[in-house]
Amino acid sequence: MATQHSRSAARFMMAPAVFLLLVWMLVPLSMTLWFSFRRFLPLRGGDQGFVWFENYSRFISSSAFWPSVQTTLIIVGGILLISVVFGILLALLLDQPMWGQGVVRILVIAPFFVMPTVSALVWKNMFMDPTNGLFAHLWRAFGADPVVWLSDAPLFSIILIVSWQWLPFATLILLTAIQSLDSEQLEAAEMDGAGHLSRFGYIILPHMSRAITIVILIQTIFLLSIFAEIFVTTGGAFGSRTLTYLIYQRVLESQNVGLGSAGGVYAIILANIVALFLMRIVGKNLDA
Amino acid sequence: MGRITLDKVRKAFGEVEVIPPLDLTIEDGEFVVFVGPSGCGKSTLLRLIAGLEDVTAGQIRIDGEDATMVPPAKRGLAMVFQSYALYPHMSVRKNIAFPMKMAGIPQDEQNRRIEAAAKALNLTDYLDRRPGQLSGGQRQRVAIGRAIVREPAAFLFDEPLSNLDAALRHGMRLEISELHKRLDTTMIYVTHDQVEAMTMADKIVVLQGGVIEQVGSPMELYRAPRNIFVAGFIGSPKMNLLTGEEAAKRGAHTVGIRPEHVSISTTDGAWKGTVGVAEHLGSDTFLHVHREGATDPMTVRVDGEFSARHGDTVWLTAQEDQIHKFDADGLRIA
Repeated sequence: MATQHSRSAARFMMAPAVFLLLVWMLVPLSMTLWFSFRRFLPLRGGDQGFVWFENYSRFISSSAFWPSVQTTLIIVGGILLISVVFGILLALLLDQPMWGQGVVRILVIAPFFVMPTVSALVWKNMFMDPTNGLFAHLWRAFGADPVVWLSDAPLFSIILIVSWQWLPFATLILLTAIQSLDSEQLEAAEMDGAGHLSRFGYIILPHMSRAITIVILIQTIFLLSIFAEIFVTTGGAFGSRTLTYLIYQRVLESQNVGLGSAGGVYAIILANIVALFLMRIVGKNLDA
Repeated sequence: MGRITLDKVRKAFGEVEVIPPLDLTIEDGEFVVFVGPSGCGKSTLLRLIAGLEDVTAGQIRIDGEDATMVPPAKRGLAMVFQSYALYPHMSVRKNIAFPMKMAGIPQDEQNRRIEAAAKALNLTDYLDRRPGQLSGGQRQRVAIGRAIVREPAAFLFDEPLSNLDAALRHGMRLEISELHKRLDTTMIYVTHDQVEAMTMADKIVVLQGGVIEQVGSPMELYRAPRNIFVAGFIGSPKMNLLTGEEAAKRGAHTVGIRPEHVSISTTDGAWKGTVGVAEHLGSDTFLHVHREGATDPMTVRVDGEFSARHGDTVWLTAQEDQIHKFDADGLRIA
C-alpha cells in the first residue's frame, strides 16, 4: 500500500507539524530545566547563577511539599470516583427512551462549556456562600447552621465543583459506550435468566470497561493540573493547596523562579508515576 | 415437554398491525420452521413466543399453561440469535455456564453439563477462548451450547445460519437436524431460506404479512401449495406461473408448472422456444427458455449432461398431472 515514494512524501508533509510540536514542547521544558538549576529571584537580585540541585532539595524538604502531593491525589481521586460512578448512572438514565432526548443530552453537556473560573465563582458565591448561598438558605430552612463550605470542607467543596464540570464529559463518553452495546446480547442475557442487576454487572459494565478506562485516563491528565478552581475559591488555604498551586505560589508569590521550576519538574515526575500506575491498572482494557 | 399453542395472538406496534390474530399449535418434539420473505413477521412471532415482545392480544400457552405474561427467563425456552449474541468478555466456558449460573445450578453440575455440551458440539478445545477468537461456525456452536445446557422445553432459532458461508451453512444445517433427532426437543426455527425450511422441518409455517399462508410438512407444501404465494415460495428454482391462454385452456386463472416437471426435446413438443441463459450446477442444468409469444422465460430443469447453447431452438412439454391450477384469487383449485 505504502510505496517508498508515498512514505517519503508523508514524512515530508508531516515534518512541519512534528517540528512545531517539538518546539512547542521542548522549549518550555528545557527552559524549566534550565531555571530549576539556577538561583533566580526576579525582585531580589535577578538571575544569580547556577545552584544545581539546591532548588530541588529545598522544594522537597519544604513542609508544604508532601501535603500538597497528598491533596492533589485526594482531589483527583475524589473527582474520578464521583464522575465515573455518577457518569455511569446518568448514562444509564439517558439511555432510556424519553421525550425530548436530544434537548436533555445537550443540557447535560452544558456544564462542560462553562469556563472553570466562572463555574468556580458561581459555586462559591451562589451555592456555597455561608450567608447568601443557596445551600445556606436550604440549611436554615431546616433550622440547621449553614456550613462554611470552603473553610470547613475545602477539599470536598473543590471536588464537588470540579466533578460538576467533568461529569458531563464522563456521562457522554459512557453513554456512547452503552449505546454501542448489541441489544441482542441483552436479550440473550434476559432469556438466560439474568435480572436487571445481573445484566448490568455481567453485560453492561464489562462492555463499558474500555470507555471507563478512557474517561479515567483523560480526566487524570487534566485534573492533575487544576488551578483556576482553587485560585478563585480557597486561594490555596485550608489545606487545599495542590502541587500545581504550590508551584504557582513559589514562582509568583515568593518570586522564586528557580524553586518553582524545580517544583514543575517534580510535577512532571508525579504525573508520570500516576500515569504509569493507571496504565498498569486500567490500561490492559485497551489492548483487547 | 414443549407443546406451544398460540391462541388468537395479535401484535401491533402502535397503529401498525404486524400480526393479525393468529392461531398455531406446535407439538412436543416437533421441528417447526417459520419461513417467509423479510418483513413477514416471522421474527416478531418468534420473539412473541420467547417473551421478548409483549403480545397485544391473545394467549400463548406452553404445555397447556398460560405463559402470555410470564417473563422470558421463566418460560423455559432457549434462543439462538442471528448475531449469536455471545458475551464477548467471557470465555466460551463462561458463556455456556452463564444461564446455569443465573439459575443457581451447583458448580459440579454446571461443569458436567458444560463438558457434555462441549463434547457434543466439538468445542472441548476451545472452552478457554474468547468468542472473538472463534470462527463463525464455532461461535454458532457456542450459542447452541449455551442453549442446550439449560435443557429447555423448546429451542428458538432466529435465522441462525444467515451469517455463515454456504459450505458451513450446509454443515450446520445437518448438525442442527442431528441435534433435534438426538434431543427430541421442540425446535422453532425462523428463516427466509426455503431450502433450510424444506430440508430441516417436520412442519413448515409459511408467513406473509403476518398471516399464515399454509402449514404443512415440506412435501405437502411442495405437492399441494394452497395458493400462488406458497407455490412460488416453496421449491427451487421457482415454479413457472402462466396466465392467459395456457391457463384458460385448463380452466384456471393461473397455472403453475415446476421446472422439474417440464420435459425438453430438440425435435417436437407443446411449446416452441429458444434457449436463453443456462445455469450449470453439474448434476442438473437450469435452462431459461423463451417461449414463442410469451414475455417471461420459463425455467426448465434438464440433466446436467444435456447440451444446449444460447439461441438453440427447443420444444417443451409439461407433465399435465403435475400442473397446479389457481383461481383468480390465487387460491388452489383442487
